[in-house]
Amino acid sequence: MPAATNTKRNLVTAALVAPAAAWLMIFLVLPFIAMLVFAFGERAPEGGYQAAFTFAQFANLPTRAAAFWNTLVLAPIGALACLLIAYPVAYYLAVKANPRYRLILVSLVVVPFWTSLLVRTYAWMYILGSRGIPNLLSVIGIEDVRMLNTPGAVLLGIVYGYLPLMIMPIYVSLEKLDRRLLEASADLGAKPVSTFFGVTLPLSLPGVMTGVALVTILLLGEYLIPQLLGGGKVFFIGNALVDLFLQSRNWPFGSAIAVTLVAVVVVILMVAMRIAFRVAGTRQVDLV
Amino acid sequence: MTSASTNDIEFRSVAKRYGAVTAVSDINLEVPRGAFMALLGPSGCGKTTCLRMIGGFEQPSEGTVFISGEPMNGVAAYRRPVNMVFQHYALFPHLDVEQNVSYGLRQMRPRIASAEISRRAQEALEMVRLGGFGKRRIHEMSGGQQQRVALARAIVNKPKVLLLDEPLAALDKKLRTAMQIELQTLQRELGITFVLVTHDQEEALSMSDFVCVMNAGRIVQVGPPQEIYDRPASLFVADFVGKTNRIDATVDGASSLVLANGARFATPAVNGTKGAATVALRPEAIRLTRNGAASADALAGTVTHRIFLGSAVEYSVAVDGLGDFLVTADRRTLGDSELVEPGEKVGLAFDPNALHVFPA
Repeated sequence: MPAATNTKRNLVTAALVAPAAAWLMIFLVLPFIAMLVFAFGERAPEGGYQAAFTFAQFANLPTRAAAFWNTLVLAPIGALACLLIAYPVAYYLAVKANPRYRLILVSLVVVPFWTSLLVRTYAWMYILGSRGIPNLLSVIGIEDVRMLNTPGAVLLGIVYGYLPLMIMPIYVSLEKLDRRLLEASADLGAKPVSTFFGVTLPLSLPGVMTGVALVTILLLGEYLIPQLLGGGKVFFIGNALVDLFLQSRNWPFGSAIAVTLVAVVVVILMVAMRIAFRVAGTRQVDLV
Repeated sequence: MTSASTNDIEFRSVAKRYGAVTAVSDINLEVPRGAFMALLGPSGCGKTTCLRMIGGFEQPSEGTVFISGEPMNGVAAYRRPVNMVFQHYALFPHLDVEQNVSYGLRQMRPRIASAEISRRAQEALEMVRLGGFGKRRIHEMSGGQQQRVALARAIVNKPKVLLLDEPLAALDKKLRTAMQIELQTLQRELGITFVLVTHDQEEALSMSDFVCVMNAGRIVQVGPPQEIYDRPASLFVADFVGKTNRIDATVDGASSLVLANGARFATPAVNGTKGAATVALRPEAIRLTRNGAASADALAGTVTHRIFLGSAVEYSVAVDGLGDFLVTADRRTLGDSELVEPGEKVGLAFDPNALHVFPA
């Protein structure tokens, strides 16, 4: 009897897990294996992939150093800029805001997501473009300011697009922070600033880590913002991949770049989790 | 008003309102230096609000709270020479036990040398018998141990007053009794003024030098535990502190009391009450007699239930015309063989001076 129940339970579990497992298998694991195979292959003369075993694609990576450099510098800087803006906002929403309006204010953070990032980034093209802010500046005599197609424009687009993703996890971790701990800190003689750095900040670090990891990882694969606001001058790995796969049809080289990127993401994730663990001291670290 | 310097805590005409809701009003209270004061009352009576006003987490809407003679209006919690043991301890989960205990010391200015900080933290941990637990994480500690960490974290700062908000509520009965004794010992050793908030009358009576009974935002009686128990100032106090039998009665003349069943007693303590009254009588003030008849100072009734408590026996006795009475009989005065059986007719004898008369 127990054996039969166990078998039944196992079947139910299998039935529940199967769709997700199949999905991951077909759309994640198999493509990744294909990519690994491609990365060690050669470009066929007419484009695409041709079987081989060579490290030539990886040896070729330095030719895309600029894309790696832009991505690996602008993604963390963008995430950091998001963090610096998001933390005070999340803190205000979770701690200072009138509870009666809190829900409305929090939903305002999410509202921009209702419009496509493409449309919103187009809007920034106009704001930063020659008929936007530079035009206004020329009215007061400041001529020849270039804003669009600069690293600054890409950074601005990144911060603008990803801010809500940083605010939400920090807001959640601050919102569930036990207020009595803040009282206990004050009771023990800690000034408000000391309470913030001694209690509030460390206890919200899991949220901070989640936000930073989330935004950084998404930024590493970002394509749209550098395409529109960087205009081919500031390009990310994502742009390089589109180029290699769709334009020059060099699948093996594109695969090598993609595999390298995945390896970088995994390393970043592991380091972030390690830090979050150590600082929070609990096992309840939700990362992504 | 006594000289402020002999009181560690003083409330003068303090009221606290939240919008239209009055949490406490008309609070006048003095806690002498080195005393153990319990604020006792049912939930919502305002005792915690009073404690939080001492701690600085609430500001009075009216009146002033003094700590060691200093008015505390507008003084932030972190500037007050008091420390609190929070109800659910509020220990910092991201710090280990020793870091929790030394948290207050690290806030002190001028700074204390870190060797000195860890020495004092160690000393405080040993005082609550947690030496050697310094490196443990908070979630690795049991409820009782967390309670001690919270205590150590507060006393390590040598506050003028230690505030305790229902500190034992989360512990099981055995541990609670042990901690009651420990808290009392600690208070004597440290000589610090303790203010304890509790809804548990036993806790209040057993630990404190003074009990302040509160109800509906006001103080109803302040005094030593024995006085609170033996001479309750109101029916509420008689009811809330210990068990009590309530009897409907009428005061007839200057000192004559007529119970609802017609029994008449001459009692000197009618407290100026006239007309309808309620009488409170402690269960242990009643002595059961076997020769069932009502005499001059006794009532007659039938035992309906017997609750055997080990050290004592409680009887529920149906008294003709007065309803059910609770009677507690000490085993030693009664003797094992003399347990009264349910159904037996008994007499209830008591000293008329044990009757507390309150206006109905």
